[in-house]
Amino acid sequence: MTIVTRKVSLTVNGKAVSADVEDRTLLVHLLRDNLGLTGTHVGCDTSQCGACTVHIDGRAVKSCTVLVGQADGSNVTTIEGLAGHNELHPMQAAFRDNHGLQCGYCTPGMIMAAVDMVRRHGGKLDEATVRQELEGNICRCTGYHNIVKSVLDAAGRMEMASAAE
Amino acid sequence: MYETIYHRPSSIDEAAALFAKNEDGKYLAGGHTLIPVMKSRLAAPSNVIDIGRIPALIGIEAAGGTLMIKAATTYYDIMSSTQVKQSIPAIARLTSMLGDPQVRARGTIGGSIANNDPAADFPAAVLALGATIRTNKRDIAADDFFKGIFTTALQDGELITAVLFPLAAKAGYSKFRHPASRFALTGVFVAQSKGGDVRAVATGASQSGVMRVGEIEKALKANWSAAALDSVKISPDGLLEDIHGTAEYRANLVKVMAQRAVESAE
Repeated sequence: MTIVTRKVSLTVNGKAVSADVEDRTLLVHLLRDNLGLTGTHVGCDTSQCGACTVHIDGRAVKSCTVLVGQADGSNVTTIEGLAGHNELHPMQAAFRDNHGLQCGYCTPGMIMAAVDMVRRHGGKLDEATVRQELEGNICRCTGYHNIVKSVLDAAGRMEMASAAE
Repeated sequence: MYETIYHRPSSIDEAAALFAKNEDGKYLAGGHTLIPVMKSRLAAPSNVIDIGRIPALIGIEAAGGTLMIKAATTYYDIMSSTQVKQSIPAIARLTSMLGDPQVRARGTIGGSIANNDPAADFPAAVLALGATIRTNKRDIAADDFFKGIFTTALQDGELITAVLFPLAAKAGYSKFRHPASRFALTGVFVAQSKGGDVRAVATGASQSGVMRVGEIEKALKANWSAAALDSVKISPDGLLEDIHGTAEYRANLVKVMAQRAVESAE
């Protein structure tokens, strides 16, 4: 059987990219294998653990459960696209300052989910909401405590930053 | 995943035409059931027809005593919709308890209903509220739609376009979530129609999928209160029994979830 590929074009971290891939390709594999953006991880590969979380058109989604065709023409942000030139994104900085990780495997997904969480809730985030909203991200090291602290810390920083604008 | 050909039609008619023209097609909306089953090779459609971005399939309208949610509207858009919260708050609540935030960003009401998973939440709301399922061919009453687990009245190639919910006097939903999968081990949706009819529908409990619970409906019609269900006994006959719980355990859950649903109803 001949392998049929097609060209998909999307914007990833602000840059226009395209690749020739099979229709069955998942977004996470396009990012990792074709574009070399290996910060997005494959954990469970069954839509549960959230290690593969990226933003499509601003919304956090599990990139192991998106076909490339579905993302064709979309704006995708991965963990590599969050930081500015010289400084970390406030969420990344808060994870570092609060030791919100141990092995680090789940961290890119946690951070991408958390940025979307702050976008949706703004300054109204409290601990219970953060814990509930982390339902789609699994960490097997930290016990979540410092992750929750990191998200709350970053929510405050992001609120201040947007108020200053 | 086996090889497949991906299509992205821009209209309902184009989607139906693609389905008719191509062998072994499957509609794809949010993909959060279909893609996992394709990855595990439990399904291998030769053609995947993505209806997730068809404008005519996305949106929410409340008018004339009816809340219409178009089929490819995501869970996130449903739970955060002011129209949904104002007209049938129990639907917003049910949606906010579904999956996790990333899943809610992709999953759709039409996908949930067309798939009719025995533990899915939306079939319970659709049946309890006596909704109408609109397709590209006809309107189907909820009573005639669900035909057993993973089975519906939809014909080959027929596409759900919207779900029309009549506004209720009161409606509530409560579920006991499986601690790992977060699916409903048992969930119950209770609704009192504007005409005074009462329906109670359980999901996750029955071997034949979503089901009305006559004993609870009778008790609530006489007295709409959680206490009215104290003496109700649910038969375990026909209920699911697996490593997560016996049929008797689920029978008790049906009653307890119904009581909580009544308490949450508004």
